[in-house]
Amino acid sequence: MNIPNKLEEYEDNWETEIGGWIPGEKVFLRGKNVLTELKEYRWLEYLLFGITGRHSPRIARLIEGMWVICTSFPDPRLWNNRIAALSATARSTGVLGSAGALAVSEATIYGLKPIKGGMDFLYRIDRELNKGQDFEELVSSELKKYRGIYGYGRPLVDRDERVEPLLEFAHSMGAGQGRFTDLAFRVDEYLGNSRFKYRVNASGVVAGMLADEGITPEQHYHLATLTFTAGVFPCFLDAAQKPEGTFFPLRVSRINFEGNDKSRVWGD
Amino acid sequence: MTEKKIEKITTRIWNETAEEDNPFAASACYCAGYDVYGDLLGKASYIEYLYLLFKLERPSPSQTRLLEGLAVALANPGPRDHSVRAAMCAGVGGSTHASALIAAISVGAGNLGGGREVFTAVQYWNQCGMDLDAWKAMIKEPPVEERADVWMPMEHPPGFDPNGVSCPAPVLQTLAHLTEVSGAENLIWLQQNRSELEEAAELPLAMSGAAAAVMVALELSPEQSEILYLLLRLPGAAVHSLEQEKLGWRKYPFFGDGLKLIDKSGAEEQKEGK
Repeated sequence: MNIPNKLEEYEDNWETEIGGWIPGEKVFLRGKNVLTELKEYRWLEYLLFGITGRHSPRIARLIEGMWVICTSFPDPRLWNNRIAALSATARSTGVLGSAGALAVSEATIYGLKPIKGGMDFLYRIDRELNKGQDFEELVSSELKKYRGIYGYGRPLVDRDERVEPLLEFAHSMGAGQGRFTDLAFRVDEYLGNSRFKYRVNASGVVAGMLADEGITPEQHYHLATLTFTAGVFPCFLDAAQKPEGTFFPLRVSRINFEGNDKSRVWGD
Repeated sequence: MTEKKIEKITTRIWNETAEEDNPFAASACYCAGYDVYGDLLGKASYIEYLYLLFKLERPSPSQTRLLEGLAVALANPGPRDHSVRAAMCAGVGGSTHASALIAAISVGAGNLGGGREVFTAVQYWNQCGMDLDAWKAMIKEPPVEERADVWMPMEHPPGFDPNGVSCPAPVLQTLAHLTEVSGAENLIWLQQNRSELEEAAELPLAMSGAAAAVMVALELSPEQSEILYLLLRLPGAAVHSLEQEKLGWRKYPFFGDGLKLIDKSGAEEQKEGK
């Protein structure tokens, strides 16, 4: 087999337009000098610029508000937050606890998969509608194929208490009234009246609102990566202040063994 | 008054009995019915116990040799491997030792030589089995996921090295050894058909591909295969990270002259309304 080696041209050669540090001198991000041209940016504006190349204080503020309302619940029972609480009760470090919580936030029943998947769904269905496809057919086919739609339904409860304050906040910013937001609620109405009774959740609404701002699913995913962290730290701190090992301890009888009860001997 | 339902952890893997003086401490632990500390300890090898944990059955001698061989082959991908480099970055910076393993797992989880590649390759095995034409068709027209996922789509046939030239000796040696010790049908098939598969993929077989075939021989699911692969590759990351911690960042490549900044001053920003 004679295949040319693709790696040689990259040896000690990383060409980038994104950014870098010239030690002792400058730092660049997307062609801007961080220390002179971007120093007045608020942190979320910098995050948005780094991910999208766009500078929009309005979108940055919109995202910041969404983070507070939707994803920073400081409840240590929530699965990602629980990693931080468990880290603290086991006396690990704060960063390890939050890194674990962050990784776990890429979940299916909540977190990053619905966040990205919800916006992807809206873009896909919008494309198909523009091609003249039937709305009800598209939604029911998605539901049938995947047994659920990202952005709709919620574990534990049916009603999402975040939707109303989210809408209020978005309207106060002049957001949340575009075509994708409308589509998110059109799907909500359809599913709410179906036998599944799924309702739009906060990630579905956020997906519509940010799609209306021109954010793509890929950008949305990266922008949302840290979205849970403000709720994670308090859970760590709380458990760190209590005696070690006391966060929801489990006695032996809390193991419900459902395997083969037969006792086995390994032998020699 | 109704009694409050006590939430429990349901498991088919593990059972315990409590110490008489402490309901929060186990007096005996059973894995798939075996008394871990009263019987298994000192009798089962680590590899046999690892197999038991995944399969809930004691391995046959051939299965033990197969998993043992795979564990040795994967234990240290070497300091040039992406996942080990991640662990060494933790080492040279004086980061926590836990972060070195977290870094290795994060980097070693992906589609290129990582856990996700093994997951996908095992899915290919489950679909194509030992049917060469099915493999060729799958390689030519890989399944495309309609929905966006947190995983990026595969950019090469899983189990093959997109940057490879020919199948490296360690992969060939691993495959030959594991085929010999296990006599597994699918490994024999892979050895016999490797060249044709490589021609179809236009790429050489990678260690992840050999590992995936072993996972199939061990009858592990794609999910089990992915996580076992992640687990088995950690020892190298651990020791290389510890070594670099001692040596320090000055002796570790920083690629000082390697970054070429392409200046796009002013061209990038799209200023939008307040």
